[in-house]
Amino acid sequence: MTANEEIVPNETMVAKQAMGAQQLALDTVEVAERTPDQPQPAAELGLREDEYRRLHEILARRPTSCELAIYSVMWSEHCSYKSSKIHLRQFAEKAPKTDALLVGMGENAGVVDVGDGWAVTFKIESHNHPSYVEPYQGAATGVGGIVRDILTMGARPIAVLDSLRFGPLDAPDTARVLPGVVAGVGGYGNCLGLPNIGGEVSFDECYAGNPLVNALCVGVLRTDAIKLAKGDGPGNLIVLFGARTGGDGIGGASVLASASFEDAKPSKRPAVQVGDPFAEKVLIECCLEIFAADLVVGIQDLGAAGLSCATTELAAAGAGGMDVDLDLVPLRDPTLAPEEILMSESQERMMAVVTPEHLDAFLALCGKWEVTATVIGTVTDTDRLRMRWHGELIVDLPPRTAAQEAPVYRRPVKRPMDQDIWLEHDGHRLPRPRDGADLQRTLLRMVGSPNLADKSWITDQYDRFVLGNTVLAQPEDAGMIRLDEATNRGIAISVDCNSRYTRLDPYAGAQLALAEAYRNVATTGARPLAVSDCLNFGSPEDPGVMWQFAEAVRGLADGCLALGTPVTGGNVSFYNQTGTTPILPTPVVGVLGVIDDVTRRTRTGFGTEGAVIYLLGQTRDEFGGSEWARVVHGFLGGHPPVVDFDRERLLADVLIDSSRDGLIASAHDLAEGGLAQALVESCLLGSAGARVVLPEGQDPFVALFSESAGRALVSVPRTAEERFTNLCSARGLPHARIGVVDVLEIDLDVQGQFAVSLRVLRRAWRGALRARFS
Amino acid sequence: MPVRVGVVSFPGSLDDRDAMRAVRLAGGDAVPLWHADAALNDVAAVILPGGFSYGDYLRCGAIARFSPVMAAVIDAARDGLPVLGICNGFQVLCEAHLLPGALIRNRLRKFVCKQQRLRVESTASPWTAGYREGEELVIPLKSGEGAYVADERTLDDLEATGRVVVRYLEENPNGSYRNIAGIRNEAGNVLGLMPHPEHAVEALTGPGTDGLRFFLSLTGADAAGLQR
Repeated sequence: MTANEEIVPNETMVAKQAMGAQQLALDTVEVAERTPDQPQPAAELGLREDEYRRLHEILARRPTSCELAIYSVMWSEHCSYKSSKIHLRQFAEKAPKTDALLVGMGENAGVVDVGDGWAVTFKIESHNHPSYVEPYQGAATGVGGIVRDILTMGARPIAVLDSLRFGPLDAPDTARVLPGVVAGVGGYGNCLGLPNIGGEVSFDECYAGNPLVNALCVGVLRTDAIKLAKGDGPGNLIVLFGARTGGDGIGGASVLASASFEDAKPSKRPAVQVGDPFAEKVLIECCLEIFAADLVVGIQDLGAAGLSCATTELAAAGAGGMDVDLDLVPLRDPTLAPEEILMSESQERMMAVVTPEHLDAFLALCGKWEVTATVIGTVTDTDRLRMRWHGELIVDLPPRTAAQEAPVYRRPVKRPMDQDIWLEHDGHRLPRPRDGADLQRTLLRMVGSPNLADKSWITDQYDRFVLGNTVLAQPEDAGMIRLDEATNRGIAISVDCNSRYTRLDPYAGAQLALAEAYRNVATTGARPLAVSDCLNFGSPEDPGVMWQFAEAVRGLADGCLALGTPVTGGNVSFYNQTGTTPILPTPVVGVLGVIDDVTRRTRTGFGTEGAVIYLLGQTRDEFGGSEWARVVHGFLGGHPPVVDFDRERLLADVLIDSSRDGLIASAHDLAEGGLAQALVESCLLGSAGARVVLPEGQDPFVALFSESAGRALVSVPRTAEERFTNLCSARGLPHARIGVVDVLEIDLDVQGQFAVSLRVLRRAWRGALRARFS
Repeated sequence: MPVRVGVVSFPGSLDDRDAMRAVRLAGGDAVPLWHADAALNDVAAVILPGGFSYGDYLRCGAIARFSPVMAAVIDAARDGLPVLGICNGFQVLCEAHLLPGALIRNRLRKFVCKQQRLRVESTASPWTAGYREGEELVIPLKSGEGAYVADERTLDDLEATGRVVVRYLEENPNGSYRNIAGIRNEAGNVLGLMPHPEHAVEALTGPGTDGLRFFLSLTGADAAGLQR
């Protein structure tokens, strides 16, 4: 995992102010050598005392102010993963054996072989803190940043998904944050021409002061066209291209994520970057033509820590050295000091390593797209990154020490004292519906609750059609994109997480997130291949939070091994808390799958008259962390549903084979809200009624609302029923015939319990968000 | 010989590849045209695709209309070259005064992406000859500034001369005057509409194939013979 646009550690002061005092006199290497005792704002920039001392050892003198700027951002939690690294290693250590992984963790994004010479790269990343301060720009630049990561791998970005979490729907601030975030995600993605094909939106008190905005981008390339961030070949040229460098986002990597948002005042707004999607669209097309002409040796996007990150990472991964003349950096604001130029997070910038003989062709393509491109330096084999300003040497450091050798911390981990209390108070005495009328009331209340309600008020603001290859988009279980018009090969992606499960049991909760995303991909008929994760947690300095983190990572790594889907990359976002109260632990998991023929995909909605409805998997009395407990009783406690990866694999195999062989007319994963919610959605999305007979011998309430994992709802055309049930029996997958699809019926009729019209269901389902925001 | 149909790419055009795909699916020969190039390369028709040309800074379509390629398109359109402007392309046609009126921000101030029901009001253009008057279509609409406005006299004139080509059905999605979704010029060769027919050319990726006949009308190809 590498740097990106967020923020983080325990800095306490605006970096820009800290640097302001330094700007009076140029702090050159020579000055630093002459004035070893000059005080420096290391603490204000977030460096610990021992870290600052370490800089003296590395450099054999005190750092210059520019070097201090570089190390402070490169050694920040966000760029260096210093608290999470020892845990994240498990993703590599426990990685399942697979030939599909072409590029693993550590690059800008992982790359997966999807067959026929096609490769796909995907990654999910957070932009939480900026999105709270400035919802539109925060969310917009979150999309912009992840898209550049994908582009940097040499891929054409082809779709985005977003995973959003807000405070309660009726909280006053949600009316500020949610519309802004949605408009930002849409405004940037729509203008880039990338279809938004899926994601999730949920609401909880814990996100009221700390919303989560996670964006995933997926791109496609030929397997032989992968680009890496390497500054190879002494004598090669460093070209900065794209937008000019301005004062926006300076200190973004340091300022905003001071431990909480309580002191986030409007005065900090300039620290959030401002996006220009048009500039990025042009940059994408320009880069793709440059890649096609094979004009770069290496390439890196400028995200968090801007030039500091791009120069040190390119040099560290390449020949080892680089000379840069900062005077040549094109500026939007000519008054910027060199420290600010190094820390600026101005958007829509890229850095390429180009051989001298390719420079003219490179610049000609930039000229065609009217993209500013400037040679600012050269690759060297000196193992030093040297930067000059007005002819003076202001940076002279070994780049690996900044990019690869940041300190690594083993933070204290302690299971919270109250964890057992959460598990023991399992809510088994909560009153349950007693009869059919009660069940119907519960159903309507659940369907219209914020987390289960229709999200089209949001997703109707996203373009899902552009590029003309969207086969499935929200509200389908997973998004699906056709990669190749000639062969119909395609991919499917889903992102999921239930943070209530993870609060009760972070190990199981992370696995349930993985299982759900995996199941959602398989439901469409695609075979799950690989994982990207965005781990959103509170402060790593809180041993209880660190325990949640360690358990979630361990659970996810074990789960990925069990399912044979390696983690290819992702992002960690710490310090998501309000005051000292952390968010519910939210490890969002994205699963990518491949499908040989997208015309065989399975949709969510019922649509085939007379199709027989089957419930696949096993239903247990599992209500720990359930939506029912939340909506009806405002309760959280107990054990989350049991995860069984063998069952998940079996279910996925049956769903994928049935899709390929045309045995099923629809399929829908069971998750929050259980069977009841799945039935409602399959009816409403297909505009078809259904007659349902609940399995005998089971409490109707448990049958309808339990959230047991490893289940799916399918409808099977009558002509295929025997083959389908034979398949399930032969593989040993529990399957219960629970009803029939009736296209002409206007009710969801749960026989012996209740019948409710689709019109009433639709009003409840669609009304919740519209009533709040329209 | 397939009909050569030019598709213009401005910086910021997004649906240009989709328009080219639609032309190909309709049996035409899709010819890319670059904004900075005044040559139309002997095409028999031109499509101005959707997107955010030049970032839609200043006003949607306001900068694109001054590009070198548009000088050639405007001249050719006045001489009868069939021109189809989709979404941003419609905005460019209005800015270029090839069509009257303007497109402003949606009434609810939000980007709207939906499968839109439409009614064909007039078939007298080379792009709509394959439809029947009164026919209902479902075609994706996706725009933030899609509300068609014009003064009353212009609107009355458009109605009286049968130049309203498609109209929104059901709830008006963006506040367009008189539910207007698309119009044509007096000669009929220039057509602009906000919905995206190029996103309704394959059942797999769109709401259906209701948009394909905009392209088939022009190429004169037989839909049945082209089905893949």
